[in-house]
Amino acid sequence: MSECPLPFSDYDRVVLAHGGGGRVMLRLIEDLFVRAFADPALALAHDGAFLRLAGPVAMTTDAFTVKPLFFPGGDIGRLAVSGTVNDLAMCGARPHALAVSFVLEEGLPLVELERIVASMAATAREVGARIVTGDTKVVERGKGDGVFVTTTGVGEVVAPEAPRPSRVRPGDAILVSGPVGEHGVAVMAARERLEVDLASDAAPVVADVLALFAAGVDVRCLRDPTRGGFASVLNEIARTAGVGARVTETAVPVRPEVADVCELLGLDPLYVACEGRFVAFVAPGDADRALAVLRARGGAPARVGEVVAGPPGVVVLEGPLGGERVLDLLSGEQLPRIC
Amino acid sequence: MKYVDEFRDPARVRRVLDALWRETTRPWTVMEICGGQTHTIARFGIEDLVPPALTLVHGPGCPVCVTPLETIEAACRIAALPGVILCAFGDMLRVPGLDGDLLAARARGADVRVVTSPVDAVRLAAATPDREVVFYGVGFETTAPATATAALLARRLGLRNFSLLVAHVRVPPAMEMLLADPENRVQAFLAAGHVCTVEGLRDYPALAARFRVPIVVTGFEPLDLLLGLLAAVRQLSAGRHVVENPYDRVVAPDGNPTARAAVDAVYEVADRPWRGLGVVPRGGLALRSAYADLDARRRFPVDVGAVAEPAACRAADVLRGLIKPVACPEFGRACTPDHPLGAPMVSTEGACAAWFQHRRHREAPR
Repeated sequence: MSECPLPFSDYDRVVLAHGGGGRVMLRLIEDLFVRAFADPALALAHDGAFLRLAGPVAMTTDAFTVKPLFFPGGDIGRLAVSGTVNDLAMCGARPHALAVSFVLEEGLPLVELERIVASMAATAREVGARIVTGDTKVVERGKGDGVFVTTTGVGEVVAPEAPRPSRVRPGDAILVSGPVGEHGVAVMAARERLEVDLASDAAPVVADVLALFAAGVDVRCLRDPTRGGFASVLNEIARTAGVGARVTETAVPVRPEVADVCELLGLDPLYVACEGRFVAFVAPGDADRALAVLRARGGAPARVGEVVAGPPGVVVLEGPLGGERVLDLLSGEQLPRIC
Repeated sequence: MKYVDEFRDPARVRRVLDALWRETTRPWTVMEICGGQTHTIARFGIEDLVPPALTLVHGPGCPVCVTPLETIEAACRIAALPGVILCAFGDMLRVPGLDGDLLAARARGADVRVVTSPVDAVRLAAATPDREVVFYGVGFETTAPATATAALLARRLGLRNFSLLVAHVRVPPAMEMLLADPENRVQAFLAAGHVCTVEGLRDYPALAARFRVPIVVTGFEPLDLLLGLLAAVRQLSAGRHVVENPYDRVVAPDGNPTARAAVDAVYEVADRPWRGLGVVPRGGLALRSAYADLDARRRFPVDVGAVAEPAACRAADVLRGLIKPVACPEFGRACTPDHPLGAPMVSTEGACAAWFQHRRHREAPR
């Protein structure tokens, strides 16, 4: 598209007419979305898409908002596709098709929208997922943060037994697929204009997860540590499964850049969002094989702890000095401390 | 990170712990003053590591916790006034007033913003001359230089739309109040390193001598805490009571004269209520009359009226080190970090919240 700038509008920014149902909107859909997502279902220009799926199907939806829209290592488009295909992967499913909804703010430069859409198309192609239907709304200037994206996905469950919290039991090994906290810190640094050599980890993890199933690893449960980070995910699973968890703090991989920014801002990296990582609960005998599979794919996974019988819902962190603490759910978002 | 990693080094920590176990031959009660130190103790599970004869008592040094309910409510009401932008440090946003916290005020339409420096609030005021920018100046001697600098800058820029909601408190008068209490059980203090970075050591020799209590200036990394405890135990064992400064990589005996000069220019010492402790004589800072025009309480006269703390809450006893948080009947029941009844449950640096978050699995309430 770059050789033909802005073919889809006489405007260089989003105007209310882009959501108005008339010619301006049709051009946006045809010249931008249909072209970029290049899918026969979209080309039908119908109210929805027809899909043919086999076996059990997983479905998920997620809304995305991020400031800034573009950050080192990604953008809201990559985030929106990765988030939903990753949620399907967490269900043991191979992503098949996505529906995409945009809420555009009047005044958003169309070149930015074009970049976001191209990034979504590229990310979906990485995992072989189709973008088959969508919707666009425009809100007045000041009523949105540039663009909100909602993605809904369906996929075919390929896991022999769909991973879920109820399959977790004491003794299971807890693995994390790579260093934690990079997305959250990269976005925070971009927002606060801190100079840090760090990129978001926003990426699909679908191929890694499918590789675990292909290798026959008994994956009991999967969860991607997005909002609330690693610590919150462990708490959620421990609560739902009615088990406890013990984690060794030094085993959880954190890049020094992430640790340093968190230190300066008074944040705990274990609560900072990742967008291209997952936490896996696997049968104890399969932990080494799972690590080997992920390493062979170029990852840097780690075995960080194990599931214990109780107390149920409590995650205990063994610190580097031998002391312990409860890794609790936060009451809300982490806020920088006074001193 | 330099100056962090070496002070978390397990081998060094082990060496100091060995000495602490060897030299703690009798039961002692030591209070760490600062919430940052409480946070480190909880985060690294230091209470699990020290000899059982050593009782650590968490002091009142969490500025979020000791800010009076009346001030918090005033902040919420000022934030809700049309045209006002209220700027605050992040952790003040979740402290509940009478009708919810600043996050709730924001949801109702107030313009509340998190800044990491008060100077950012001055810049915001310069950039938005049609709005009133109020900075919520909470903190000990540590943050007072930053808000004083903001006041000086606002004055230099001639800004008429910047003001300060001042809730600064001073640590040494609160220590004096604790020590003078007939029920006091604290035998040694770990003084707050960051406070001393600004103020130096000058306030402490008189306190140490008068109350015969060791005062050890202590930093915030695990090794700092343990070195502070070791120095305190050594003094207690030897029957000494002097001011020591093992945190001298940061704290100079005379503190930071430039920072103090800024504070002195803008503020004067005043009596001030501390949540949980009551009015501490000379326990806070107030704007000097020359800067009274920057006082948000004068510019926006909101009448909060009398505000009472929940009766069942035993925060005052926790803050004075008389009881451990779990001994309070409301701990973990009516009072949790999501619904704090009293000061020390409010911030993660508060004694009750730190206990709730990090030690619940060990000592459930009764």
